[in-house]
Amino acid sequence: MKAFFDSDIWWSFTRSPVVVLSAIVALVCIIGAVFSPLIAPHNPFDLASLQLMDAFKPPSWEAEGDPLYLLGTDDQGRDMLSAIMFGARVSLMVGFCAVIFSTVVGVTVGLVAGYMGGKVDALLMRIADIQLTFPSILVALLVDGVVRAAVPREVHDQIALFVVIFAIGISNWPQFARTVRGSTLVERNKEYVQAARVIGLSPLRIMRSHVLPNVMSPVLVIATLNLSFAILAEATLSFLGVGVPPTQPSLGTLIRIGNDFLFSGEWWIAIFPGIALIVMVLSVNLLGDWLRDALNPKLR
Amino acid sequence: MRLLRMAALAAALTGILASAGMARTVRWAASGDPNTMDPHSQNVGTVTMVLQQIYDSMIQRNRQLGLEPGLAAAWRQEEPNRWRFTLREGVRFHEGETFTSDDVVFSITRALAPTSNFGIFVDTIDRAVAVDALTVDIITKAPDPILPNKLASVMMMSRSWSERNNAARPQNTRQREEMFTTRNTNGTGAYRLQSREPDVRTVLARNTGWWGWQVPTNNGNIDEIVFRPIASDATRIAALLSNEIDFVLDPPLQDLQRLRSQNALRVLEGPEVRTVFLAMDTARDELLYSNVQGRNPFRDLRVRQALYHAIDIAAIHRTTMRGQSVPTGTLFPEQVNGWAREEDVRLPFDAARARALLTEAGYPNGFEVTLDCPNNRYINDEQICQAVAAMWARVGVRTRVNSLPLGPFFAKIQRDDTSLYLLGWGVPTLDALYSFQSLIATRNGAQGDGIWNYGRYSNPRMDELIQRMKVETGDTRMATIREALHLYREDVPSIPLHHQMIPWALRSNLQIPHMANNQPYFRWAVMN
Repeated sequence: MKAFFDSDIWWSFTRSPVVVLSAIVALVCIIGAVFSPLIAPHNPFDLASLQLMDAFKPPSWEAEGDPLYLLGTDDQGRDMLSAIMFGARVSLMVGFCAVIFSTVVGVTVGLVAGYMGGKVDALLMRIADIQLTFPSILVALLVDGVVRAAVPREVHDQIALFVVIFAIGISNWPQFARTVRGSTLVERNKEYVQAARVIGLSPLRIMRSHVLPNVMSPVLVIATLNLSFAILAEATLSFLGVGVPPTQPSLGTLIRIGNDFLFSGEWWIAIFPGIALIVMVLSVNLLGDWLRDALNPKLR
Repeated sequence: MRLLRMAALAAALTGILASAGMARTVRWAASGDPNTMDPHSQNVGTVTMVLQQIYDSMIQRNRQLGLEPGLAAAWRQEEPNRWRFTLREGVRFHEGETFTSDDVVFSITRALAPTSNFGIFVDTIDRAVAVDALTVDIITKAPDPILPNKLASVMMMSRSWSERNNAARPQNTRQREEMFTTRNTNGTGAYRLQSREPDVRTVLARNTGWWGWQVPTNNGNIDEIVFRPIASDATRIAALLSNEIDFVLDPPLQDLQRLRSQNALRVLEGPEVRTVFLAMDTARDELLYSNVQGRNPFRDLRVRQALYHAIDIAAIHRTTMRGQSVPTGTLFPEQVNGWAREEDVRLPFDAARARALLTEAGYPNGFEVTLDCPNNRYINDEQICQAVAAMWARVGVRTRVNSLPLGPFFAKIQRDDTSLYLLGWGVPTLDALYSFQSLIATRNGAQGDGIWNYGRYSNPRMDELIQRMKVETGDTRMATIREALHLYREDVPSIPLHHQMIPWALRSNLQIPHMANNQPYFRWAVMN
C-alpha cells in the first residue's frame, strides 16, 4: 500500500483537483448505484408502493413539491431520485459487463494476432478493420435487431440484458485488439520473450505470463475511456427503445419516458436522469484522460 | 394549326402547373398504423380511419353519424326478411371496373367468410341476391330492424379485382397471413391509395371521379392525404408544432394545454363512443400466464369483483387521463341506445374489500398474472395498464404488463393467447346489441356472437337475453337490455374503466368535423 502512495500515479492524482473531484463524483455514483436497494428512499420496482395520486409531483423545492420526493415523481408516481439510482445501477452494470466483454475478446484477439503474426494476424486484423468501418452504435443496433427477430418475445425479455451487453461489447472489441496487437508486436522481439521461447515454453504460456502483463497498461486506459462509451451506448439503445427491458429501466429508458413530457412542462422527468448520465460519463471520462496521461512515460 | 397546337399545349401545361401549385395536401398523424388494408379483416378503428376514405359502403354516415345514401341510392324493407337496395348508377372502382349488384353480393359474402372480422355486421344475413345489375335483395334469417345501421360498416369491393388477385376471402390476421389486399386497395371512394409503406407512410390521392363529389355536403377540397404513424408522443407533437404535419388524431393529453394556447393550432374536443375495459380469460381451467396451478382464479366471481374494487378510477381519471375520460360502470356510453343511468354504477374503490374477497376466494397472498396491453391504440393505453398493475399489486395481485403495438397485440388476443387484456370498444351502430353480442355473448361459431370475446366469458342467462335483444322491439327490448346491463354489473364479465374523450389537434387553416366515432372524414375537410 505504501508503495502505491509513493508512486508517480498517486502523486499526479493528488496534484490535480479536477481529477480528485471526478474520482469522488464517480465513486458517489457507483456507490449510489450499487447500494441503491439499501439507500434509495423508495423502491420504484415495488408496484405496491406506488401511489398514482402522487404522479407528476415537481421537485421538492418547487411550490407544489413534496418533501417525500426530492427530485419529483414521474407519470406513475415513481420517485425520480430512486428511479435514477436504480437506473444508474442498470446502466453501470451493462457498461462494466460490456467493457469486460470487449476487453476479453479484444485482448485475446490482439495477443494472438500480434504473437502469431502472418496469416492469422492478417485475417484477424482485417476482420477488425471491417468492423471498424461500421459505427459501433450501428453494430450494436444490428446485433439487437437480429436477436429480436430470432428469438420469441417472451424469451427475449429474459435475455434482453445479456443481448445489450453482448451488442455493446461486440461493437467495441477492435479498439482493444489493435492496441494490444501493436504492443505485442513490440514485446514479441524483446529478449525476455526470446528467452522464454528458447527454454521451450508453449506460445500460450508465453502470451499469458510474459506478454500480457506488459501490454496491460494501455488496455487499462482504453477500458476506462470505453466505460463511458458503453454507458452512453446503452443509454442510446434504451432511448431508442431497443435496449434493456422496460421492467428494468436504465437511465436511457428514464430519459425516453421523460421525453414525452418535455413539452408539457414536466421537465424533471427527463432532465434529472439526463444530468445523472452526463455527470457519470463526464467523471469517468476525466478519470480516463488523466489515467492516459499518467501512464504515458513520455508525459512524465 | 401548329400554332393552335402549341397554344393548347401551353394551356395544358399552365393548367398542370397551376393545379400542382394549388394541390392541397393534408399531412396527418396518429400513434398507430393500420395493420392491414383489407376491408373485412380487422374491425379496428385504426384500420377504418384510412380505409373509409378509400372504400364506400352502401349506406354511409353523415356528420351527425346518422344514415344517408352511399352506394345504394335507396333501400326499403320489402318483407320482414327481405330488404331491397337500389344502387347508384355509373359508379366505378379506382381501377376502372363498373360497380354492380354482383359486387355487393360478393362483398357481403366475403364479410360472412370465416376469416372475416366483420361478421357482427352481417350476422343476420342469410344471403344477398342480385336482382338486376343495379338492384340487390338481402335476405335475413330473422327480421333485423337495424340492418341499414350495420351495413354502414361493410365496405364494398370489386368481385373481378378480388378474384383476380386471390383475395376472394378476407386476410387471416390471426395467422399473420399476408395477401394481396394486405397492401393494395381498389375501392369506389373519395380517395385512392397511391402508396403504402407500413409503419412509415400511406399516401392517398383524390379520386376526382368519385360520385360523391356531386353531393353538396361533400365539400372537401383536399387533393392529397399523407398519413404517418408517429408512436412517440413527443415526436408527434413536435411534428405538429414545427409545421411538419397538419393534424394529429391523438395528441398526448399532457400537451393539450400548450396546444390550446397556440394561435396557429386548434384543439377540437368531444367524447368518443368508446369504452375502455379489462377482460379476463374465464374459460380455461388454468390460465396461460399466471402462477396459479390447477385452477383459474378469474372463473371465481369474487376474484373479478376484487380486481374491480381494487381500481381507483378517480386517480386514473385525474392523473393518467388528465380529466379527459368519463369513468363508467357499464359497457357503453350514454349515446348508445339502451344505456341506463341506474346501471352505470361502478363497484366502489375499496382495497380492503378487495383483499377480503381474494382471501375468501382462496388467494390470501394474491397471485401473479400478465396483462396484455396495446401501446398505440387507445389514449394512454399503456399508462392505464401500468397504473392498474400498481393498484392490483397493492391488494396482492402481482401484474406484469406486456405492452405491444396494436398489430401484434390484436393478433395475440385474437388467437385467445391471453389471460387478461385491455380493450376499448366503440359502437358504430349506436345500439346496445353490438357491444353485448361482440364482447359478452358466448362464442358459438355464429356470425358475430362473441366475435371479440377473447376471454370467452359464457353465461347462459346472458346469452338468452342477447338472443332476445336480436328479435324483440320497443319497450320489451329496452327491458331486456336493462336486465342484461344489470347482469353485467352483477357478474362482472369484464371490468369497465372509462369512456375516452378524443381531442384532435390541427392547424387553424384546416377544418374537419370532429366525429364521436373518432374517424376523420376527409371528404368534409376544407383547407384554406
